[in-house]
Amino acid sequence: MAEKPVADMTFEEAMAALEQVVGALEKGDVPLDQSIALYERGAALKAHCAGKLKDAEAKVELIRAAEGRAVGTVPAEGM
Amino acid sequence: MSDLFEDATPPGNAPEYTVSELSGAVKRVIEGEFGLVRVRGEVGRVSKPSSGHLYFDLKDDRSVIAAISWKGQVAKMQVRPEEGMEVIATGRMTTFPGQSKYQIIVEDVQLAGAGALMALLEKRRVALAAEGLFDAARKKAIPFLPGVIGVVTSPSGAVIRDILHRLADRFPRHVLIWPVAVQGANCAAEVAAAIRGFNALAPGGPVPRPDLIIVARGGGSLEDLWGFNEEIVVRAAADSAIPLISAVGHETDTTLIDFASDRRAPTPTAAAEMAVPVRMDLLAALDGQGARLSRGVAQAVGLRGQRLRDLARALPRLDALTQGPAQRFDLWSGRLGGALGVAVARKRGRLDPLAALLRPRMLADLAARGRERLADRARLLEAAETRRSARAAERLHGLAARLAPALSRLLADATRQTARDRAALLALEARLDAAPAQRLAVLAGRLDALERMRQTLGYAETLRRGYAVVRGDGAVVTTKAAAERAQALEVEFADGRLALGARPARRRKADDAPGQGSLL
Repeated sequence: MAEKPVADMTFEEAMAALEQVVGALEKGDVPLDQSIALYERGAALKAHCAGKLKDAEAKVELIRAAEGRAVGTVPAEGM
Repeated sequence: MSDLFEDATPPGNAPEYTVSELSGAVKRVIEGEFGLVRVRGEVGRVSKPSSGHLYFDLKDDRSVIAAISWKGQVAKMQVRPEEGMEVIATGRMTTFPGQSKYQIIVEDVQLAGAGALMALLEKRRVALAAEGLFDAARKKAIPFLPGVIGVVTSPSGAVIRDILHRLADRFPRHVLIWPVAVQGANCAAEVAAAIRGFNALAPGGPVPRPDLIIVARGGGSLEDLWGFNEEIVVRAAADSAIPLISAVGHETDTTLIDFASDRRAPTPTAAAEMAVPVRMDLLAALDGQGARLSRGVAQAVGLRGQRLRDLARALPRLDALTQGPAQRFDLWSGRLGGALGVAVARKRGRLDPLAALLRPRMLADLAARGRERLADRARLLEAAETRRSARAAERLHGLAARLAPALSRLLADATRQTARDRAALLALEARLDAAPAQRLAVLAGRLDALERMRQTLGYAETLRRGYAVVRGDGAVVTTKAAAERAQALEVEFADGRLALGARPARRRKADDAPGQGSLL
């Protein structure tokens, strides 16, 4: 698989990679030392995904536009 | 009427109008008669000069009426007349005297019924689809988990609240709302500008660029939603580089932006559901994957452990492995002793016939033949040696014969040489004896001559002639002063010395002085 650094992955990529790792491990035909490496990769992917899920803060802003361009934002109150 | 014209043919007293008077009279009649009319017809040729006024024709199958909308009226229109539209125009009739024209000033245009509006929509959709704006290939995938979501909608109302609530339920996100009018004359322009505005944001700028855009509006009449059918909105949605979800009206309402968007949501709430996954589901899925991961690696290790144990059990015992070879070894080592005996016997069988041939007489014959050959060689050697000795003796005799004369010659030469040498020696001896006597005679002669000269030159001879030498105190005195100082003087004559003065002889130096003095 393309070895994109885990930190650069989107949630979806990391999740797909994790599923692949789990699948490979469960198939049980990987050499033992590789399965340890796979496990470590899986753990890193899981941590990355968990970080993305944790990062779930609601923030609502209104765009201030001037001549069709967004020039700034103001917090949206009462929504 | 014909009667009237016939009557008027001859010059009568009917009043004469100027053209302007007549035009003005007509204008008044028309404006008075048709103060406010509604007319239904199809829009014909439309032109919009830079003045901003709108000129168009209203027509049916037989007649045409020119229509004008002034700039201010155009701005307020919900529906802009387009060629081919079936409309109901509301306005006032008037004339344009400059061209002998009558026309209608249209204040408002409405589409002539829902059917007509739908027909227009369909016509526009077909045209835009022909351009490829709705192609499936243009559709972009909606990101699985967008970080920032841009929402183009009215900031007030239920729509944005529905969206925000549903987002918060599923997966709270950063939402940027671009406020727009969702109906009315400005709707289309604002929505298009908002879509383009979101796309114009640079990644990493002060205002974050959304990963997803939702264009949303609640339900309404076809006319209310009309702005989302406008070409500028459709084109902006189609051009959007950011994936776009449209959620305009209710499920049954279809607007053209729905065709151009990457996904169409039946309601704003559904748009929020399309936009983000459910966080809890993801967490559960992730936990599930984590558990499977741990189980997987444990299983990988466990399976191998089991396999190892199984194999270890299947591994045969060591002695079982060696039994076979040991037996083979025993077999072959047992046969080894016998095999050696057999091999020796076989070799001996080959040796014996050869040994039989090896008898002593054979050896004696061999020796006799050798001896014979040796004697031959010895004889040959002897003869050769004798010849060689004879030759040597011969040469020796020759040399000996030459030796005696040579020797006597040598002896005679030596004798002669000795005689010569002896004669030379005698001569030299004679010369040697004579030489010192001659030398002595010469030297004696020279000595006599020198003695004579000495006696001539010495003062003794002078004394003999009558001179004397005065000495005072041992030294010769030559002056009177010296003689007076001397203690004693001594005068020497040719026949001896005479001491003078009272001084005892022991002061001999004083004795000389008077002698000297008297001399002078």
